[in-house]
Amino acid sequence: MNYRFLQCGDCAVTVQFDKEISKEINSYVTGLNELVESEKISGITDIIPTFTSLTIVYDCAVLPSKKLKKRISKLIEKIKPGEVSKVRVWQIPVCYDDEFALDIENVSQHTKLTRDEIIALHTSEPYLIYMLGFLPGFAYLGGMDKRLVTPRLKTPRLEIFEGAVGIGGEQTGIYPIASPGGWQLIGKTPVKVYDPNKQNPILYSAGDYIKFNSISKEEFSDIEKQVRENTYEPVYEVTEL
Amino acid sequence: MIEVINGGPLSTIQDLGRFGVMKTGFTQSGVMDSHSAKLANTLCGNSLNAPVIEMTMFGVTVKFKEERIFAVTGADMGAKLNGEPIKRNKAYQAKTDDTLSLGAAVNGMRGYLAVAGGFKADSFMGSCSTNLKIGVGGYQGRKLRAGDKLECGEAKIFSVNHREVPENRYSNSVSARVVLGPQDDMFTPTDIELFSKQHYTVTKDMDRMGIRLCGIALKGKDGMDIISDGIVFGSIQITRSGQPIILMADHQTTGGYAKIATVISVDLPLLAQLRPFDILHFDVITAEKSEKLALKEKKYFENLR
Repeated sequence: MNYRFLQCGDCAVTVQFDKEISKEINSYVTGLNELVESEKISGITDIIPTFTSLTIVYDCAVLPSKKLKKRISKLIEKIKPGEVSKVRVWQIPVCYDDEFALDIENVSQHTKLTRDEIIALHTSEPYLIYMLGFLPGFAYLGGMDKRLVTPRLKTPRLEIFEGAVGIGGEQTGIYPIASPGGWQLIGKTPVKVYDPNKQNPILYSAGDYIKFNSISKEEFSDIEKQVRENTYEPVYEVTEL
Repeated sequence: MIEVINGGPLSTIQDLGRFGVMKTGFTQSGVMDSHSAKLANTLCGNSLNAPVIEMTMFGVTVKFKEERIFAVTGADMGAKLNGEPIKRNKAYQAKTDDTLSLGAAVNGMRGYLAVAGGFKADSFMGSCSTNLKIGVGGYQGRKLRAGDKLECGEAKIFSVNHREVPENRYSNSVSARVVLGPQDDMFTPTDIELFSKQHYTVTKDMDRMGIRLCGIALKGKDGMDIISDGIVFGSIQITRSGQPIILMADHQTTGGYAKIATVISVDLPLLAQLRPFDILHFDVITAEKSEKLALKEKKYFENLR
């Protein structure tokens, strides 16, 4: 596979694979990320996996860039592209009720789909988490059905509620915390994808999948209560995709 | 214990940052001026990473409720102990009921206060740095205000003798060394030359997230948009308007603008002390040289202990 090292000052290097947003290229990023983490290379202080690249932050006093690049090159040779591996698929319940689906009418008008069709399409396939960024736990998801594509709001909202599920252009995703944003809101999940009180505050990682499941308002209230009482366990399945 | 009498406009507890969290979208946070923070800690006999108070534009006033060695570094905020002026970059012994007051920054932008033993602070994901946006770390995840009671750790030194380095001054015309990349290939040779030769003006849009500069716009070969990739402290993005933004301690972890260059780690502290309308010039050096400079900085603090 092709890659280049892009130097980012004296503290980081970005491993750039082919500049194409695809599952295959992203699997190199995830693969290298896993290898680097499992090697526990001393001197590496942080790592940022994105769509087509992996940024490795390091302390050059411990690990000079020349040595780092040599080690990373060796690890890249170990990546086996296209290898079927087991992935986690997070089952995320979403309530598409009017109370939360503030913009579902916009989506309906733009896509010429009924509300039920929108929900059916949005919950049909698991979405790959290409990367996390923008906010803690904000997942850039790939694979949304093209029929659902709807442009962002002309004027972004100053505050979108925590757990909001929306569509922004070709992307779909969850707002992990309240934040300004321009996405068309079509629902809300009661699950906390960012929970500061947990050992790992962010529920999922890049390379995992998210599958949305439609729930009623009653189910929403029920899960919300469990989340509040700390008795809710988010569900994931390990599967080969 | 140390009681805050006046928290100033933006004073937060920070250490050197939250590491290993950027893959989750969490920013690193940490002090803006690591040199001053490390110096303050060293003068107080602390580890370099001990939590300090970072003060922005205007300092804090605190009352010592116990004997405690402390040091003030960074911007000149006219520090006074019980009304008497004290030096920056020097350790002092405060007695019970002493008052330390800092005012407006007259030189530089950010001041640092360390105490022997470090401030005890809320640790979150392995760091005591305050992340204001998310409201975690430091002192209850927020900026300091009157009435806050700060507990201190166990001091490792008991004398302030010889714990001093010369006071420094910050220029309002700064040269910061950069290494080109990661996306310098998206710019024309003219852009690169313009970037490294011109004098940029620091705008008033500057905070812990980033510093916006104003100068002659760069054109780029074919736009400034990239597929979002990783950002580090010191990345220089060129936005669609052709103007640079330097990403600082509270930067987002990823972004979609081309990054022409990266400020080297040892010069980031200079940027933390910039004020609006200061002049900034970029000096391009090699990655090898930047690593040597980082080693030199590390040795400086090793020799100081």
